[in-house]
Amino acid sequence: MSEQIENRVIGLLRIIGVIFFLGVAVFPFYWMLLASLQPLIQTLQNPTQLWPTQIDFSAYVKVWTQFKFGRFFRNSAYLAMLTMALTVAFSTLAAYAIARLRFRGRSFMSRVILLIYMFPAIVIATPMYALYTKLGLRNNLNGLLLVYLAQTLPVGIYMLHSYFKTLPPDLEEAGLMDGCSRLGVIWRVTLPLSAPAIASVSLYTFMIAWNEFLFAFLFLDSPNSFTLSRGMMQIANNVNVSQQLTMAAAVIATLPVILIFLVFERHLIKGLTSGGVKG
Amino acid sequence: MKRQESSSRLRTSITLAQREERLAYLLLGPPVLLIAGLILFPVAWNGWLAFHSVKLLSLRQTSWWELDATWDNFIQVFSHPDFWPALRTTLVYTLSSTLLTIALGLMAALLVHDRFPGRGVVRSFFLLPYVAPVVAIAFAWRFILDPRGILMTALINTGILDQPLNVLSQSPWAMFSLVAFEGWRFFPFGFLFIVARLQAIPDNLYEAAKIDGATPFQRFFYITLPQLKLVLATLFLLRFMWTFNEFDDVFLVTKGTGGTRVLTMKVYDFLIGEFNVGAGAAMALVLFAVLAALLTVYFRWYRRLEAEAD
Repeated sequence: MSEQIENRVIGLLRIIGVIFFLGVAVFPFYWMLLASLQPLIQTLQNPTQLWPTQIDFSAYVKVWTQFKFGRFFRNSAYLAMLTMALTVAFSTLAAYAIARLRFRGRSFMSRVILLIYMFPAIVIATPMYALYTKLGLRNNLNGLLLVYLAQTLPVGIYMLHSYFKTLPPDLEEAGLMDGCSRLGVIWRVTLPLSAPAIASVSLYTFMIAWNEFLFAFLFLDSPNSFTLSRGMMQIANNVNVSQQLTMAAAVIATLPVILIFLVFERHLIKGLTSGGVKG
Repeated sequence: MKRQESSSRLRTSITLAQREERLAYLLLGPPVLLIAGLILFPVAWNGWLAFHSVKLLSLRQTSWWELDATWDNFIQVFSHPDFWPALRTTLVYTLSSTLLTIALGLMAALLVHDRFPGRGVVRSFFLLPYVAPVVAIAFAWRFILDPRGILMTALINTGILDQPLNVLSQSPWAMFSLVAFEGWRFFPFGFLFIVARLQAIPDNLYEAAKIDGATPFQRFFYITLPQLKLVLATLFLLRFMWTFNEFDDVFLVTKGTGGTRVLTMKVYDFLIGEFNVGAGAAMALVLFAVLAALLTVYFRWYRRLEAEAD
């Protein structure tokens, strides 16, 4: 009897809880979209109105062309895609070496890689700023790319190396017996088996590079090399810029990463579940 | 032992083991070089910078290997009137954000644990705060929390407040806002960890408890919570570490105003505000040392917990 009551209370609490959490998680995104789409005067005069009475895309056009967010978007995409591709390529090879090949320093490597990942960006920020100033690499997208790679490679190697260790080595050995080279085995056997892990590493590193703020903010000075994060600081510090424009910029920066996340998430879960059924 | 035999001057035919080793070094080469150059070297150089009077403007002339060290930067750091308040602020901010993040993550995980229609979609939406670019969401929060923004207007309209509060730059509200932002942005991280652990708890534990007449709340406190102890402790460790080192969120949401000036903001103040590279490096080193000391204490306790779980 009391069990039933308790169950019913819990069921009710769950519904309320889910709605509450959903609302809180999504609301800032909804508000961002709303403020970017309705004329500024409505946001200011009637802040609590949650449904736009008038839709106005002009902020997006202005931000994209006049404030050069088209350019920033290309810079961000260039950095994020290159960071992703190079991280996946290099960390697959390195992770394979740590997981499968015998060499001196192997156990050291597998232990130290996670430690390096733990190094906080702010501790590296001062010397990196000094180093890049000294070398004249600030304000250079490729200079920033190197910084991002140094941040993402440890994560990528760590994730892939622990995944490779779960794969049975028999298949690779069969490939080697058949006269495949090591690299051939990695390409034909290991990579296809690791698709889910590679998808998650790709998604993760893309996200890190796309969202990165600190180094982009410290290093980039000229608008031609701005990323979206850096461009948002510029637009927000400009006193003549309205909330509407800032939020349009925020939507431009947020939307791609959310879309990619929603698409990839399905693949990820699919990959993980089918791998689990077969495993 | 094998390796020694094989390397005994049989140069003409390299053994399989040697070949494997060479390939390993080749594959590891590029990442190791990058990480050494852009993480390990900067960390080491940070140590050097901390003991030298280096200003940004004189940086290009500064020799890399000068040896006359000085404690000046550390004296500047410790004698700065902001230092001790900033250390206290950092601890308050880190501890409350970490606890809130884990509490919210635990609640969200428990809500989504059992199957219900739309569960997958709900789970995806829960993860959104964690994947969005911090700059974009920080500015959205700033506008929402603005004295003339939606939240304050709603609170005044409903009669809860007479006057709008400046929750972004007034003490203690600024700290509440910042901690709320952290809880919002990082609860998905705790959520992911806890959901995975929840799924691994064997069902028969719950069934046995049900047969014994345990109520749902009893089942939570006597089965779920003990099973989650280790993952909660791990989460605490990770979140504590990262929040302690968090710069972006503080810089973007409250800009360090209203009693939210944390130690990482001091690194930035020295580096960009005063162009004092040496003091910035010293501040970063102090930050790192404080964190390392705290983690050492934590690890002692964590090891015991881990041993119990085994």
